[in-house]
Amino acid sequence: MQYAILCYHDENVVCAWSKQQDDAVMARLAVVQEKLARQGKLGPVVRLLPTTAATTLRKDREPPLVIDGPFAETKEQLLGFYLVDCASLEEALEIARELAAANPGGAYEIRPVGVFNPGSASA
Amino acid sequence: MTDVAWIGAVLASARPHAMAALLRYFRDLDVAEEAFQEACLRALKSWPQNGPPRDAAAWLIMVGKNAAIDAVRRLKREQPLPQEEEISDLSDAEASTVARIDEADYRDDILRLLFVCCHPELPATQQIALALRIVSGLSTRQIARAFLVSDDAMEQRITRAKARVAKAHVAFEAPSAVDRSERLAVVAAMLYLLFNEGYTAGIAEAGSRAALCDEAIRLCRLLLRLFPTEPEIMALTALLLLQHARARARFDSAGSVVLLEEQDRQLWDKKLIAEGQALVDKALRHRRPGPYQVQAAIAALHARAERPQDTDWAQIDLLYGALERMQPSPIVTLNRAVAAAKVRGAKAALDMIEPLAGKLDGYFYFHGARGAFLIELGRREEARLAFDRAIALANTPAEATHIRRQLDRLASPSPQKNLGFGG
Repeated sequence: MQYAILCYHDENVVCAWSKQQDDAVMARLAVVQEKLARQGKLGPVVRLLPTTAATTLRKDREPPLVIDGPFAETKEQLLGFYLVDCASLEEALEIARELAAANPGGAYEIRPVGVFNPGSASA
Repeated sequence: MTDVAWIGAVLASARPHAMAALLRYFRDLDVAEEAFQEACLRALKSWPQNGPPRDAAAWLIMVGKNAAIDAVRRLKREQPLPQEEEISDLSDAEASTVARIDEADYRDDILRLLFVCCHPELPATQQIALALRIVSGLSTRQIARAFLVSDDAMEQRITRAKARVAKAHVAFEAPSAVDRSERLAVVAAMLYLLFNEGYTAGIAEAGSRAALCDEAIRLCRLLLRLFPTEPEIMALTALLLLQHARARARFDSAGSVVLLEEQDRQLWDKKLIAEGQALVDKALRHRRPGPYQVQAAIAALHARAERPQDTDWAQIDLLYGALERMQPSPIVTLNRAVAAAKVRGAKAALDMIEPLAGKLDGYFYFHGARGAFLIELGRREEARLAFDRAIALANTPAEATHIRRQLDRLASPSPQKNLGFGG
């Protein structure tokens, strides 16, 4: 079963991390990711740029409307996601707990994947 | 990451929101700052046990407000004639709950907070120092180090700035659309200055001053989150990101400035460039051009070139032409001439800058660029005179070194083509 682990956090807080703090979080996450990769459980990992760089296309009207910024104005923003392959929700939660220990604050949404097309664009 | 470092980041990120709201309640920078400090102290006591609240800014506003009101009450008791109406005013403020506050509610508060720091009577250095103190929450010592002055001198500078601002009577009503865009422009200019304070530092000071660049970018992103549809704010953020992306390539191991054309482009920060480029694209979609958009577009063209010879100088020449029309200045024309030299040759570039000789006679880059154009035209003796003048005007040893290298090339039998300034 594939799960997406969607990473939500207050962008203001993440932007307030010093370079050292950010690097430290990334280094700790890399350790967890390497372990998952060795176990063959880790799919693509994505870290998104700040929502200030986002553009939204509202397609519920014709022609679609282009809006600056993220789709939803929320306290915590979608900052990235992991794709993991695991046997059960319990295992996915266990992975999320390990990632959380390396990167405290915010929330992970664990969401089963319906369709996954690995695509062809180079990373 | 320790708990305290973790909480520190949360407090820092909540600071502009909380300070802005507290300033609106108390209409006094010192009272607002004390209230915020008190709230932070209480947060450091209670958060490690209970975890940070979901809305840290709202928590800090509530706690800070109550603490300041208590302090005012205590003060009143010690005074013979309490001013009843003032106390009841504050009680009303206390009664209004700070439940869930959206960014939109903070928008004008934070803009006001930043605007207060940019009072036109304050010299630029005081504006920046005040913003770093009040909005960013840097300590006086940190700011003093960044400006290379003593702690006492900086303390005085900030105190004087606060006193002036207190007399300035900034309007606390919600601003009109015109006021809002004027405030935005003033704040944007201050953030650009703040960034440049860090950017123009030499490598020796880069450690303490690089923080100024980071802080300018952080505040710019904050402003953009509050005003997500302003193309000039998108562009300013992009401009800072694109310039900052080159930070690691701008100095060699000896601490000398490395010119843009000689930088190791592998050292440029791809992530910052991607973000900057995305913001330029977003801004240009609005078709409401402005000076920051032009400058960001120029920076993006440099960032996009994998090698110096890939640089789209023709486009840069056109963009500087547009900037010249928006903000005529001899400096812009000088920059345009450097681009024009690549596209239309050194003669055209020299013709462009000769009329500026009067205005830019005391400017290092003018004589440096002029010397470079003259070399290319084979007018070596005139070039030597221009470089001599440039060396005399060099602001840093690195600038002088660069010109001396040009003079060495001039002395060697085959003149090499090389110009281009800035890093």
